[in-house]
Amino acid sequence: MLLVPCPNCGPRNSADLRYGGESHARPDPATATPQQWRSYLYLRDNPAGWLRETWYCRSGCRRWFTLERNTATNEFRQPPIPGDKRGGKA
Amino acid sequence: MTGIGRRLRRRPPRYSAAALAWRGLRGDYWPRIWRDTELKRSYDAVVIGGGVHGLATAYYLARNHGITDVAVVDKAYLGSGASGRNTAIVRANYLTPEGVAFYDRSLKLYNSMALDLNINVMMSERGHLTLAHNDSSLRTMNWRAEVNKLQGVDSCVIGPDEISKIAPSLDTSSHPRYPILGALYHPPGGIVRHDAVVWGYARAADHMGVEMHQKTEVLDILCEGGDGPDGKGPGGKVVGVRTSRGDISTPVVVNCTAGWAGLISAMAGVRLPITTHPLQAAVTEPVKVFLPTVVVSGSLHVYISQTDRGELVFGAAVDAVATYSIRGSLEFTEELAGHVLELMPGISRMRLLRQWSGLCDMTPDYSPVMGFTPVDGFLVDVGWGTYGFKAAPVSGEQMAEAVATGRTPELIAPFALSRFEAGELVGEKGAAAVGH
Ligand SMILES: Cc1cc2nc3c(=O)[nH]c(=O)nc-3n(C[C@H](O)[C@H](O)[C@H](O)COP(=O)(O)OP(=O)(O)OC[C@H]3O[C@@H](n4cnc5c(N)ncnc54)[C@H](O)[C@@H]3O)c2cc1C
Ligand SMILES: [Zn+2]
Repeated sequence: MLLVPCPNCGPRNSADLRYGGESHARPDPATATPQQWRSYLYLRDNPAGWLRETWYCRSGCRRWFTLERNTATNEFRQPPIPGDKRGGKA
Repeated sequence: MTGIGRRLRRRPPRYSAAALAWRGLRGDYWPRIWRDTELKRSYDAVVIGGGVHGLATAYYLARNHGITDVAVVDKAYLGSGASGRNTAIVRANYLTPEGVAFYDRSLKLYNSMALDLNINVMMSERGHLTLAHNDSSLRTMNWRAEVNKLQGVDSCVIGPDEISKIAPSLDTSSHPRYPILGALYHPPGGIVRHDAVVWGYARAADHMGVEMHQKTEVLDILCEGGDGPDGKGPGGKVVGVRTSRGDISTPVVVNCTAGWAGLISAMAGVRLPITTHPLQAAVTEPVKVFLPTVVVSGSLHVYISQTDRGELVFGAAVDAVATYSIRGSLEFTEELAGHVLELMPGISRMRLLRQWSGLCDMTPDYSPVMGFTPVDGFLVDVGWGTYGFKAAPVSGEQMAEAVATGRTPELIAPFALSRFEAGELVGEKGAAAVGH
């Protein structure tokens, strides 16, 4: 089990949240080439170490937020910034 | 056989009943099944990852193409990755024509493997049932059955009556919350002894001159001429590998590191459409054999098979959170038990013996990533997710051909890395998300 520090609800079991995965800047759909867009959609860094990622507090505050987690040890760091949502909606 | 015989460096001790009796009577030890050699400073090809994919690739390089100056390097021991942790299910009942043709070839190679490798891999063609609990999965089953039949793969959709004839322990009544409406039945599916496959390939490759180097971690891939830092990245070429035991020069590197594939590819400046997730499994105490087939339920996220020793082996879908940690969780066991009991109420008193986890390299379309990359001499055989054990023989065969000929074989062309840039995904989620 993973205890995810939700900025609004405090520590929650990861099963109560939805994992949003790696967080990358979204290219502008109006100007991005198909290749840029598909890289954004599909390619991942997938590091074994610190990763910036998004979570959705599904059964709590129902907000998206961004965290940093070490994917090798599963520790979280950096107090999350409230209201820091992923680009669009869920 | 003569083809292999000619290339043998030394005659392998054959496994047979006579050899067993002879050695038993004389009290002889069996020799170690692969050599421990010095790591050389250069090889014609280096395969990273001593799992079933890396070993199969090395085996076919030597056997089919006479390329024997090959090193397989692994940071731990052979089979320490997912190859020694999987639930050993093999089948060909996929959803896309590309997938079905590919996995069917693998199943054929599994069927002749015991003879080819002279090792008992305990191939058990026991049949494979994928249960449907709602109309939409029944529709997918029908779809899969038609795609399968068209390609000559034995699959059909059957109803609850037939299911309970095949596997009477399943609750096919209308009582459960998710009653069983039907199933995709695939008689050629089954299970294989995964460790024997790893050892068999390692032994056969060793006999042809391939070297296996355990406890040899790859730290970097040495490149020249690429767009990125240190000559890595698109447009460059591979010149060597930096390992924990020194540098090796080589023009060809094949990445067979599954869960770690993204880390190795990054060393060559290649980004992959892969995230690493753990997959957990569990096994019960042994009981009398009562479950004749493999049973999968996508809706309930579980699958079950019974080993020849009588243990029930359970698996599920991957853990949702991407991580390189392979710690198991209580949630997994709880959920698993609940779902299994919904299918088989009769086993509620059985005890779990242990649970474990392995890393899976998940792709967006549940199909692998195979072949050449924008870096010359850097090939990938990755993206094996939760379904790569069954694919090892055909992958090794095809990757070896790609290395030897410099061209992408037709069978794996649909799985090229470039498909993501082209937006031509090979969607297998409907056939691979839970049933591995
Ligand atoms: C619980 C579980 C159940 C599964 N069930 C099934 C199933 O029923 N049917 C099926 O078809 N598939 C199944 N799979 C998937 C299957 O096991 C894998 O896809 C397959 O084993 C991958 O084989 P591989 O040789 O590519 O990788 P692995 O066996 O994972 O080998 C990769 C190797 O790379 C090595 N390595 C990593 N980094 C480095 C480095 N830097 N330097 C050197 N070496 C390195 C590792 O030590 C490892 O030995 C399952 C997987 C799991 C975890
Ligand atoms: Zn919350």
